[in-house]
Amino acid sequence: MVCWQSVSVWSVAGRVEMTVSKFMAIQKALQPDWFQCLSDGEVSCKEATSIKRVRKSVDRSLLFLDNCLRLQEESEVLQKSVIIGVIEGGDVMEERLRSARETAKRPVGGFLLDGFQGNPTTLEARLRLLSSVTAELPEDKPRLISGVSRPDEVLECIERGVDLFESFFPYQVTERGCALTFSFDYQPNPEETLLQQNGTQEEIKCMDQIKKIETTGCNQEITSFEINLKEKKYQEDFNPLVRGCSCYCCKNHTRAYIHHLLVTNELLAGVLLMMHNFEHYFGFFHYIREALKSDKLAQLKELIHRQAS
Amino acid sequence: MAGAATQASLESAPRIMRLVAECSRSRARAGELWLPHGTVATPVFMPVGTQATMKGITTEQLDALGCRICLGNTYHLGLRPGPELIQKANGLHGFMNWPHNLLTDSGGFQMVSLVSLSEVTEEGVRFRSPYDGNETLLSPEKSVQIQNALGSDIIMQLDDVVSSTVTGPRVEEAMYRSIRWLDRCIAAHQRPDKQNLFAIIQGGLDADLRATCLEEMTKRDVPGFAIGGLSGGESKSQFWRMVALSTSRLPKDKPRYLMGVGYATDLVVCVALGCDMFDCVFPTRTAVRLWQKERFGSALVPTGNLQLRKKVFEKDFGPIDPECTCPTCQKHSRAFLHALLHSDNTAALHHLTVHNIAYQLQLMSAVRTSIVEKRFPDFVRDFMGAMYGDPTLCPTWATDALASVGITLG
Repeated sequence: MVCWQSVSVWSVAGRVEMTVSKFMAIQKALQPDWFQCLSDGEVSCKEATSIKRVRKSVDRSLLFLDNCLRLQEESEVLQKSVIIGVIEGGDVMEERLRSARETAKRPVGGFLLDGFQGNPTTLEARLRLLSSVTAELPEDKPRLISGVSRPDEVLECIERGVDLFESFFPYQVTERGCALTFSFDYQPNPEETLLQQNGTQEEIKCMDQIKKIETTGCNQEITSFEINLKEKKYQEDFNPLVRGCSCYCCKNHTRAYIHHLLVTNELLAGVLLMMHNFEHYFGFFHYIREALKSDKLAQLKELIHRQAS
Repeated sequence: MAGAATQASLESAPRIMRLVAECSRSRARAGELWLPHGTVATPVFMPVGTQATMKGITTEQLDALGCRICLGNTYHLGLRPGPELIQKANGLHGFMNWPHNLLTDSGGFQMVSLVSLSEVTEEGVRFRSPYDGNETLLSPEKSVQIQNALGSDIIMQLDDVVSSTVTGPRVEEAMYRSIRWLDRCIAAHQRPDKQNLFAIIQGGLDADLRATCLEEMTKRDVPGFAIGGLSGGESKSQFWRMVALSTSRLPKDKPRYLMGVGYATDLVVCVALGCDMFDCVFPTRTAVRLWQKERFGSALVPTGNLQLRKKVFEKDFGPIDPECTCPTCQKHSRAFLHALLHSDNTAALHHLTVHNIAYQLQLMSAVRTSIVEKRFPDFVRDFMGAMYGDPTLCPTWATDALASVGITLG
């Protein structure tokens, strides 16, 4: 719920009306390095939104931003913190451009592109919007995007000028008892390629249907970037989750053990899987950076695309 | 071979236990267990990792806390994933990647806790598996067979366990049957060179029955003895008397494992009574209790325990215990843990489990040092003082138990 004075959020303590002053008081206590400014992002939560409502979201967000900047200026304790301006505008090109241009005029440290969350189809539809928005932003300030975390979607956004992503994807994978296994080494040695290809073939063969998993708070489908350790075939698989991975889980444990932990509902399953999934995901981002430096993003994209179902 | 406690000198050490020091007043001893996966200092507290895992703690964390022996549960592991698979994985050590020692119980205790699903006969215990409904017979032979496959350093005989609150002929029946089952376990044991089979003294709360069991079982040449059938619902007064009776009749040169005892006061008193090894789900369970619904968030401290969910800790920025060296106390405050306990994630439970295990291990270590340094009675007095405000305020049963072995608290 948003109005001109506040954004309401719901927490364990019930509804909190987040006014600009309350919001900034929290920032003063937290003293973050960066913080995302208060904004009106409600349009992305709703289905059909009128242009009038979209326009309001842009206007409100700019008002919040100006008020937050003013309070920051008055606060000594917040001088070291950097405000990230939030770009709204729903699916209306005109409003997106307006939001981008206006936000860019303010002394923000970076930009958060809000409202691109959803499923892969909705993101695809918004990619043109994304390109147009980033084109309006200064080259020398970071661009963050919320709600995008899948490896294939990450690459699409990077091509369109995005720099920072949330890492909830490896967390979701962990929550459904799965392990990331997709390859991102776009320049493996020939022997490795052969082994990987044989491995990938097998995985793809078994993944002819996307399985829906009902886990608490995680109604997400298993992607082809991961394996489901609950499957019976892993019961006697004494290999690590991913050969060559240097995470604690892969250095110390086997697929069979993780399978056992999941089947017996042991807490350790999530601990070990999370360690692996983060390491794998961050390894992917390392390769993205390398690919960009050596102008090989196309190869990486092709490799990821081959593995996306 | 003669039964009763022989006066073995410290030099002629038995198979696995070496005595390092003995308290001159009480029956407390400090020693070393020489096991296939390394030496273990005693007295020792052994954390329980029922299903080849310690409630979210990694083996690396457990090792870093100084743990050198922990428990796995034959009943659970025997059902899932099963001994054949574990054997393929290079035993339980290989399966869970634990480089130190493991003790597996026989699966017998589940008889008491899951009694509605089981039926005891001379053959063994018939279970109906709660997972696939299949009927299994857990006989002495089968229990040893499973434990042989698991490869644990210490294995326990299958005993006929009866709740300590049961009276009458059933207790006597169970005691004699446990002796017969001990002999069947000894006969079935395929790996006496690699795995140490312990007997379990039964007899409930009946001194005569217990004495008989002690006399008979100590005639068998096993590497160690456990004191079983206690720490159920019996009164503490009866409990300590049975422990004291048992230790007075067990050989000095073999380890005494008191099963299911883990509360700090009980540990200290039972060390005084002459026990060397302890296990309990308490420290991990009290951190994680009913984690699906309600997180206890209980942290063990020298004065008892802290219920960290309570409001009084909301702004308490000190560690759980300023004297504790565990990673949780080094890095986090009570306030932080309080906040975590009120949020959705299970991180708080991991931090608390680490601390609680550390607390138990540090307590045993301190007990041991005091025995070696010939000041165990003073240690006991200080411990009771911290726990109860004044040594004289400790529970009557503890005072009586300590007095019986020459330690006064006044």
